[in-house]
Amino acid sequence: MFPNNLFENPDRLNRLIDIAQSSFLPLVKGALLYSITIALVSFAVGLIIAVLTALARISGIRPLVLIARIYVSIIRGTPLLVQLFIIFYGLPSLGLRIDPIPSAIIGFSLSVGAYSSEVIRAAILSIPKGQWEAAYSIGMSYTQALRRVILPQATRVSIPPLSNSFISLVKDTSLAAAITVPEMFRKAQEIVASTYEPMLLYIEAALIYWVICFLLSILQDRIEIRLDRYV
Amino acid sequence: MIQVRDLHKQFHSLQVLKGISLTVEKGKVVVVIGPSGSGKTTLLRCLNALEVPTSGTVQIGDVKLDFSQKPDRSRIPLLRRQTGMVFQSYNLFPHMTALQNVMEGPVTVKKEDPRKVQTKASAILAKVGLADKLDHYPAQLSGGQQQRVGIARALAMDPQVMLFDEPTSALDPELVGEVLKVMKELAQEGMTMIVVTHEMSFARDVADEVIFMDQGVIVEQGPPEQIFRKSREERTRQFLQHLQVRD
Repeated sequence: MFPNNLFENPDRLNRLIDIAQSSFLPLVKGALLYSITIALVSFAVGLIIAVLTALARISGIRPLVLIARIYVSIIRGTPLLVQLFIIFYGLPSLGLRIDPIPSAIIGFSLSVGAYSSEVIRAAILSIPKGQWEAAYSIGMSYTQALRRVILPQATRVSIPPLSNSFISLVKDTSLAAAITVPEMFRKAQEIVASTYEPMLLYIEAALIYWVICFLLSILQDRIEIRLDRYV
Repeated sequence: MIQVRDLHKQFHSLQVLKGISLTVEKGKVVVVIGPSGSGKTTLLRCLNALEVPTSGTVQIGDVKLDFSQKPDRSRIPLLRRQTGMVFQSYNLFPHMTALQNVMEGPVTVKKEDPRKVQTKASAILAKVGLADKLDHYPAQLSGGQQQRVGIARALAMDPQVMLFDEPTSALDPELVGEVLKVMKELAQEGMTMIVVTHEMSFARDVADEVIFMDQGVIVEQGPPEQIFRKSREERTRQFLQHLQVRD
């Protein structure tokens, strides 16, 4: 009745197990070499952009505030996939040709920068004014106060929301498949193209994403406990 | 040591300081009293430019800033280096231990050798009675202990003047004494101090001069006996009477 039914067709079950096994390593390799690496690099660059954007918004200097707001508004108001397409497929028509991986890193960094700048801005503003004053009163400059007193405390406040951003980012790297980055999801698509087993491969990829994100959330708990030790 | 000339401070339309002039000699202890809203805390905060005055001059040691002209912001840290500030709510750095709080200024601002600073910072903390609390975080200390760390942190920068902004107002009554004791010892060692406080006993026992402020002006100033016993101004007498009723 159902010639494809697994339980009535041991050959098909064996074939699925074979494909699952042989695709596992290429998928994990795609995840480690590309998905996670791109996420890590983009997050690091994105956080730098985010801190600078947050400081620009807090500065009260009109042009800086305006630039920061426009940047955040554009990135938050347009889909990430569209941004990646503009960078990878659009810019070449202006004579600017960027390879797939750098394109992905630029797109993801700009995205992290915009979203996390709001988190970091809120975290900085949550530190009591007395902390700035204490830092100034022992002769610190603005940058010294920021680096030694404010940001270390703001970091603690922003770890939970930033961890969420990072976990989202790891999953969002699957969008890079659309601009030919050979990350895990693209690998899965390629294997589907030759085996015609979409359900198996996409579930397998989903499971690997899930395991990665689960491990990351454990890491997040560890970091939070470590940073909470002085309160 | 300290010279303040015709200091004005305005928040929007509110005039908080209306022309304060003040001279404090080296080694003297000046206590500023007055009702809340009288501008005494603002005066203290203007001395190290935590509030930038609207006009007037402040000179501490060799550093003189004239706020009537466009203030040269780069000179503000110089003024702050002359002063140590102790806050009502301590404002310790919560992510640093007591020792790290005290070392922070000399190491980060003065770029001194951390090993030498550690010896010095430990000695200052021992002086304020916290030799056994070096590695405690502020959250692990009582209010009185935190405030003594606050005093130690300010002292570590070798200030010319110590400014105290209601240092015991946030403390439980039984913890006030330990902080006042440290302040008395500092005074006896010849530290120049300006203290905003409601502790009249401290003013009586330690001050060389008491300043009574109300509504942004200095109403009366003089030695404690004069202010407390033979006050010439009606407003001063009213204020002191009010305090005694409250006690």
